[in-house]
Amino acid sequence: MKQIATLVALAVLILITLVSFSSVYTVSETEQVIITQFGKPVGDPISEAGLQYKVPFIQEVTRIEKRILEWDGRPNEMPTKDKTYIVVDTFARWRIKDAKQFFLRLRDERSAQSRLDDILGSETRNAIAKHELIEVIRSTKDREPARDVSLAEAPGNIGVLYPITKGRAKIEDEIYNLAAGKLADFGIELLDVRFKRLNYNESVRQRIYERMISERQQIAERFRSEGAGEAAKIMGKSERDLLRIESEAYKKVQEIRGAADAKATEIYAEAYNKSPESVAFYEFMMTMESYQEMLDQKSTLILTTGSDIFRFLKNVDQEND
Amino acid sequence: MNFDRDNRRGFQWQDVDWEKFKDARPFFIWGVPLLLLAILAYTSIYTVEAESQAVVLRFGKYIKTVDPGLRFKLPFGMDQISVLPVKRQLKQEFGFETQGATNPTQYSSEQEQERSMVTGDLNAATVEWIIQYRIQDPKLFLFKVRNPGETLRDISESVMRTVVGDRTVDEVITVGRQEIELEALVQLQEIVDKYELGLSIDQVQLKNVNPPKPVQPSFNEVNQAEQEREKMINVANGEYNKVVPRASGEAEQKIQAAEGYALKRVNEAEGDVSRFTAVMTEFEKAPEVTKRRIYIETMRDVVPKLGRKIIIDEKASQILPLLQLPTDSQENQR
Repeated sequence: MKQIATLVALAVLILITLVSFSSVYTVSETEQVIITQFGKPVGDPISEAGLQYKVPFIQEVTRIEKRILEWDGRPNEMPTKDKTYIVVDTFARWRIKDAKQFFLRLRDERSAQSRLDDILGSETRNAIAKHELIEVIRSTKDREPARDVSLAEAPGNIGVLYPITKGRAKIEDEIYNLAAGKLADFGIELLDVRFKRLNYNESVRQRIYERMISERQQIAERFRSEGAGEAAKIMGKSERDLLRIESEAYKKVQEIRGAADAKATEIYAEAYNKSPESVAFYEFMMTMESYQEMLDQKSTLILTTGSDIFRFLKNVDQEND
Repeated sequence: MNFDRDNRRGFQWQDVDWEKFKDARPFFIWGVPLLLLAILAYTSIYTVEAESQAVVLRFGKYIKTVDPGLRFKLPFGMDQISVLPVKRQLKQEFGFETQGATNPTQYSSEQEQERSMVTGDLNAATVEWIIQYRIQDPKLFLFKVRNPGETLRDISESVMRTVVGDRTVDEVITVGRQEIELEALVQLQEIVDKYELGLSIDQVQLKNVNPPKPVQPSFNEVNQAEQEREKMINVANGEYNKVVPRASGEAEQKIQAAEGYALKRVNEAEGDVSRFTAVMTEFEKAPEVTKRRIYIETMRDVVPKLGRKIIIDEKASQILPLLQLPTDSQENQR
């Protein structure tokens, strides 16, 4: 009898243990829980973390993520409005807002990801096709770029930002607005959509490189020609300065010499022109001096006895002549 | 038991000598409870390192965040502990990797795609950068967003492209680097706060920022051309400086010489005039005789120097054509 009582007690204990293990469960801070009864959700989702209770055996626990989740799209090649092929890689943040709806419509995260792929992928494609490339590259409409001083006068479009009307953030918003509504049906709250990477595709990239190279070469040529121009300017200045200096010197020299000559002439004239006698005397003196200079060994002098110096050769008394 | 080559029949239960274990009975009496106690202690004691904080979950529910030290918890999985290095600065690298990373999201395998970007003037650039951050709020970090590290990487890439997309390639490569770092830091922190990642961004740092490989030579060419320009100007200036100051000096020399000439000329004139005036004064006293004296003195001086002297009678001037006067050429022949 006592043995039977012990057995019964043991059975009850096991039963209680089983029941309690099946009716108690934990909910983590990172998850929410849906209770299903024969596969059908019962009651509201439980998002309170900690120990929770349910009807044992017939109810099952389905755990659903409560945190913000990531959606990382595959990089996709697509054309912009200006027919440039670019590779677009987007990502989004989302969260399961209505766990029951989510559970009914999608069941698990994998099907949610593929639904996100479809909806966000096609909205991205639409948005890119509707806009020119620059619209998804730039964000701030009226930003003035800082310019490299040495490139300040570079020709063409170097150092210029192309104008935009909307900008990246607005296009991201457009995608978000269109996709968010569609995803709400699945119990998904879309938090945001952003472009992670935007790049030229391989063939476009080669063209861009070629353009960049030609732009740079243009700048280089400009620098070289500026250098040659500056050098020529300096050489010209050098020539001008040389001629100026030399001619100014010549002018000054001539002025000084002219003034001196004039002064000398004045001095001579003043002295020699004092009286008719002084003029005659000067003439006589100068003639005498010039004889000394003019006549030398090569000269032949033919004189008659009539000349002043030799007249005494014929006779002494000249008075008789 | 032995497993010798010769004796290969393997393990057999009847070979076990149970007598040997009789001495182990006290071990079962005392040892098992002690062992259980040790396991209990081991599972309920934990330490939190100095650089970390720990988050305690009881039955999955957040209870508290604890600071470093020796701590106790409920055993057997009732309390779960997540230890986070809140004081350590963490790093993520974009477009490159350094070895020995401890942070699982420090770098990615898509570095080529990460670093190539399109600039606001529709050029291309390769940008490598790092971000440094810390876990600021362990609770948010653990419970708000799944894969916070990956999420941070995505945001960082998006932000960097947004900032670079608003700038010209020259700004990205040269003048705008600091501005980009600042702007990216501000935008990154803003989005991180919006997502409630529980992170604080300390720094965004640009590393190698270059034009794409195929374009790099042409960028270098621009730098070289700039140098060339400076060189050409310097050479021309050198040439100028070589010639012009010298010419100035020479001009000054000529002017000085002219002034010398002027002095000489005037002095000589004054000297000549003094002499003339002096002689004139004497001449006036006896003009006739002085004139003759000077004439004769001059003749005496001049005539001996002459080569040939012919003196003829004044009435015999008709013989003049008969004289054979040597011409210059005959003179030379002689």
